[in-house]
Amino acid sequence: MKKTGIAIAIMGLGFGLLSNGVSAADMVVKLGHVGPLTGSISHLGKDNENGALLAVEEYNAKGVTIGGKKVKFELVGEDDQADPRTGTTVAQRLVDAEVVGVVGHLNSGTTIPASRIYNQAGIPMISPSATNPKLTQQNYAGVFRTIANDVQQGSAIGKFATGALGAKSIAIIDDRTAYGQGLADEVEKAAKASGGKVVAREFTTDKATDFMAILTKIKAQNPDVIFFGGMDAQGGPMLRQLKQLGINAKFITGDGGCTGEIIKLAGDALGSTSYCTQAGLPLDKMPGGKDFKERYKKRFNLDVQIYAPYAYDAAAAMIEAMKAADSTAPAKYLPALKKINFQGVTGNVAFDDKGDIKEGAITVYQFKDGGWNPVN
Amino acid sequence: MNELVEAIPFLGKRYPKATKWLIIILAAVAPLIAAYFGRSWMRILDFALLYMMLALGLNLVVGFAGLLDLGYIAFYAVGAYTWAFLASPHFGIHMPFWIVLPLGAAFAALAGIMLGFPVLRLRGDYLAIVTLGFGEIVRIFMNNLNHPINITNGPQGINALDSLNLFGWNLSQSIKIGDFQIHYLYLYYYFFLLCVIGSIIFIKRLQISRVGRAWAAMRDDELAAKAIGINTRNMKLLAFALGATFGGVAGGLFGSFQGFVSPESFSLMESIAVLTMVVFGGMGNIAGAVVGALALTALPEILRNIALPVQQAVFGTVILDPEVLRMLLLSLAMILMMLLRPAGLVPAHARYSRPELLKGGA
Amino acid sequence: METLLQQIVNGLVVGSVYALVALGYTMVYGILGLINFAHGEVVMVGALTALQTLLFLMGVAPDMAPLLKLAIAVLVAVPVCMILGFLMERLAYRRLRGAPRLAPLITAIGMSFLLQTLAMIIWGRNYHTFPQLISTDPLQPIDGVFITPVQIAIVIISALMMAGLILLVTKTRLGRAMRATAENHRVASLMGVDTNAIIALTFVIGAGLAAVAGVMFASNYGIAHYAMGFMPGLKAFTAAVLGGIGNLGGAMLGGIVLGLVEAVGAGYIETMTFGFLNSSYQDIFAFVILGIVLIFRPTGLLGERVSDRA
Repeated sequence: MKKTGIAIAIMGLGFGLLSNGVSAADMVVKLGHVGPLTGSISHLGKDNENGALLAVEEYNAKGVTIGGKKVKFELVGEDDQADPRTGTTVAQRLVDAEVVGVVGHLNSGTTIPASRIYNQAGIPMISPSATNPKLTQQNYAGVFRTIANDVQQGSAIGKFATGALGAKSIAIIDDRTAYGQGLADEVEKAAKASGGKVVAREFTTDKATDFMAILTKIKAQNPDVIFFGGMDAQGGPMLRQLKQLGINAKFITGDGGCTGEIIKLAGDALGSTSYCTQAGLPLDKMPGGKDFKERYKKRFNLDVQIYAPYAYDAAAAMIEAMKAADSTAPAKYLPALKKINFQGVTGNVAFDDKGDIKEGAITVYQFKDGGWNPVN
Repeated sequence: MNELVEAIPFLGKRYPKATKWLIIILAAVAPLIAAYFGRSWMRILDFALLYMMLALGLNLVVGFAGLLDLGYIAFYAVGAYTWAFLASPHFGIHMPFWIVLPLGAAFAALAGIMLGFPVLRLRGDYLAIVTLGFGEIVRIFMNNLNHPINITNGPQGINALDSLNLFGWNLSQSIKIGDFQIHYLYLYYYFFLLCVIGSIIFIKRLQISRVGRAWAAMRDDELAAKAIGINTRNMKLLAFALGATFGGVAGGLFGSFQGFVSPESFSLMESIAVLTMVVFGGMGNIAGAVVGALALTALPEILRNIALPVQQAVFGTVILDPEVLRMLLLSLAMILMMLLRPAGLVPAHARYSRPELLKGGA
Repeated sequence: METLLQQIVNGLVVGSVYALVALGYTMVYGILGLINFAHGEVVMVGALTALQTLLFLMGVAPDMAPLLKLAIAVLVAVPVCMILGFLMERLAYRRLRGAPRLAPLITAIGMSFLLQTLAMIIWGRNYHTFPQLISTDPLQPIDGVFITPVQIAIVIISALMMAGLILLVTKTRLGRAMRATAENHRVASLMGVDTNAIIALTFVIGAGLAAVAGVMFASNYGIAHYAMGFMPGLKAFTAAVLGGIGNLGGAMLGGIVLGLVEAVGAGYIETMTFGFLNSSYQDIFAFVILGIVLIFRPTGLLGERVSDRA
């Protein structure tokens, strides 16, 4: 039993080695990337990996010299399947591979447990898409993110609802996941702070399809705006059921529901009273967005999904920090990374003392002409 | 041990002594071998040991006492959350492991009795579905008890759990002797290994004690067991409580090892996975639980390392991703084992059980 | 008042689907004493097969009348599920009939996960949009209480199918054979009943009902998904136990009651517990009811059998 297991593992390793050919001349520095490359959000994971890969390739093409030696960067991609336990296993694998920095992971749920392993190994990590505030509240020295967190997103939603939408009363639903609940709590805080009244706080799950009971209860409170913290798979049917119950309140959801999927799932229940938010600027409005889009398309023959520019900036931030510190040793370039300040694709990249991006933007979108359009 | 030896084809029958030593040596040097392939394999080994404890505990309930428990992971959750409450910044309490682990085990045992009492009258399928409900209820409560008072921190989970600290010796810090360093994953491995060995010895003694025999009698024929004077009520409660204890200890260790607990780690799927390990290895049998846990923790990882590159090479894309492969493996293991080899990979020893019952027709 | 009435309507609709699925559980349990865990997955396969058929029809005959399309989709989904039910029984459960009772149960759990995984491979992990061919524009029979045509159709179709099944079981020769088999396999076979065929037929009928339930479920919510059957399946089983397992009328009653408890419970639990519990506990109602019924009244509301069948 055991012996065949080992033999099989050797074969597996052989396959792994075949795929990374290394040219001999330069000093090779490995960066890691982790995201779900398989499973239901593998397209997003691949998108992130491509973003980081593009950065690495462009720096290699330009040529980087650190400590007097020409450096060739190499990206080691791992798959965490969006599963926390697998996340820690692959994090360990990257530490074994002696990467000097990690771009990732994609989900907060996998990033938080993995960050502990990177921290123990003293390797800096920058997540391009994990928005849970908890990640940077752990006070690990080497943990950063290039995207606005849920505190920023939640307060933007709360302010938008009470401000631009003029809501006096707001109903809040969350799906009892770490993401949905975290975001909903921030929305609640912000809405209350800006004078709105939370008339109902209801809950569902990330596997539910029937929301009639809670929506009926919300209907009785007659709110101006309903916020849903959760994913598109629940948001779509929820919108349909709002319509079935004759509820006319405006609907707003976070980035989990700010997708093309929800447009399909909600069908004609989406209307101009539906809004969603997304951390960051739309690609076309990013300072380097248009150019990035073309370069990305040219290299991968794919369209940018969402977070690729943030992954690009994350990888770039690490390389810039290494250049500034003139060292690729994690302990040496980490202080430079903390102080980094440069113009990236997504905007100005600089971190606050917790590791959050300083100028994280949030964009609100409105449903119009069959798609999500940014609200000015 | 002997069952394990006999389960190894060829070698086990011919040279039982040598095989025994081989297993012992393999267990001792396993992390060194694993380290050769990368530390992530050591982490997988550490998890395999945790699953072994879970499988051993569940085996006590399902295999020895014949009570099908589909909510076993709830006890694991109780243990893990006990660790999180008493040894993390969440409440600001940092108790040492020799208080927290026994407490976690005790709470889990209590939960086991709480579950056991109402379901005493239920048998077979009804018991299975009520325990499934129990597991889900525990998970739902953990997911929601952050309101109106924040107890479990809800879906966010609890972070930065203390790592194991053996009287001032922190297992999460690698030991450095000059240039030579012993990685912390080794330390955890050997600590977990000791726990597993302790569990095995305990369960082994239990199996041949009055209690173990009473369970076997109860499992094979409850009415007859009652008739010969076995207090089946107490025996069932004891099975639930003891089984839960192992879950609780494993949960505490998991919390300390992972450093982060959240309700999503304790889903129904995990209960099913542990049950599959017991079924796959062989119900009612210590060696079976060990082999089942090892096989079903390692196989998905191995598959992941082979199947993905193979698919990539043959089809150009990944058709069956690792999670699908794991699910396929678990579900097929359950069905095929029941149909083709109901006694499991390592059939139980005939003295304390009646595998012939499982082969169909009493 | 409207709110309570609306919650009752919500509960009735969900309850009708539960009831239809519960029939499959109760029939199989009545005859074999087996909880067919995979029954919920048959619901899912029914919905996804119908979806596949609809997508195909929309491709080849976009002008076909919507109701006709839906009817064809059901006519495809039902036989597919029937074959699936037959195969499950023939390939797995029949071989375990003499085995100790844990074996078929574990097999059933494995079967449930196997079907989910296979569906995940075939249809992917995404939620699919299920075309809503019956109107979902709400009607207002009473001011402030909304119900959609598709919901009305669900309640009526469920009721008709249940009535049909009860007639089949109580009035026909076949039904008598089924009842005899449920009573005692051996005696029934001595009386000339082909019990193997009857058991297979029970699975087939249950699977057919599940397919219809799947299509109704998907039409109502407008989505279909590989894991959509599991939770409704568990809840339907609860409904079957609540009503009295093995009892067809009981399954219906149990389904409706469970649907009502869930809707009204989710709506009022917060007020009832003074804010301590809230709608996040919606999913535990079924399990709590299950526990209470099994412990205090194992025969269920209308039950005939006791739980302790050795």
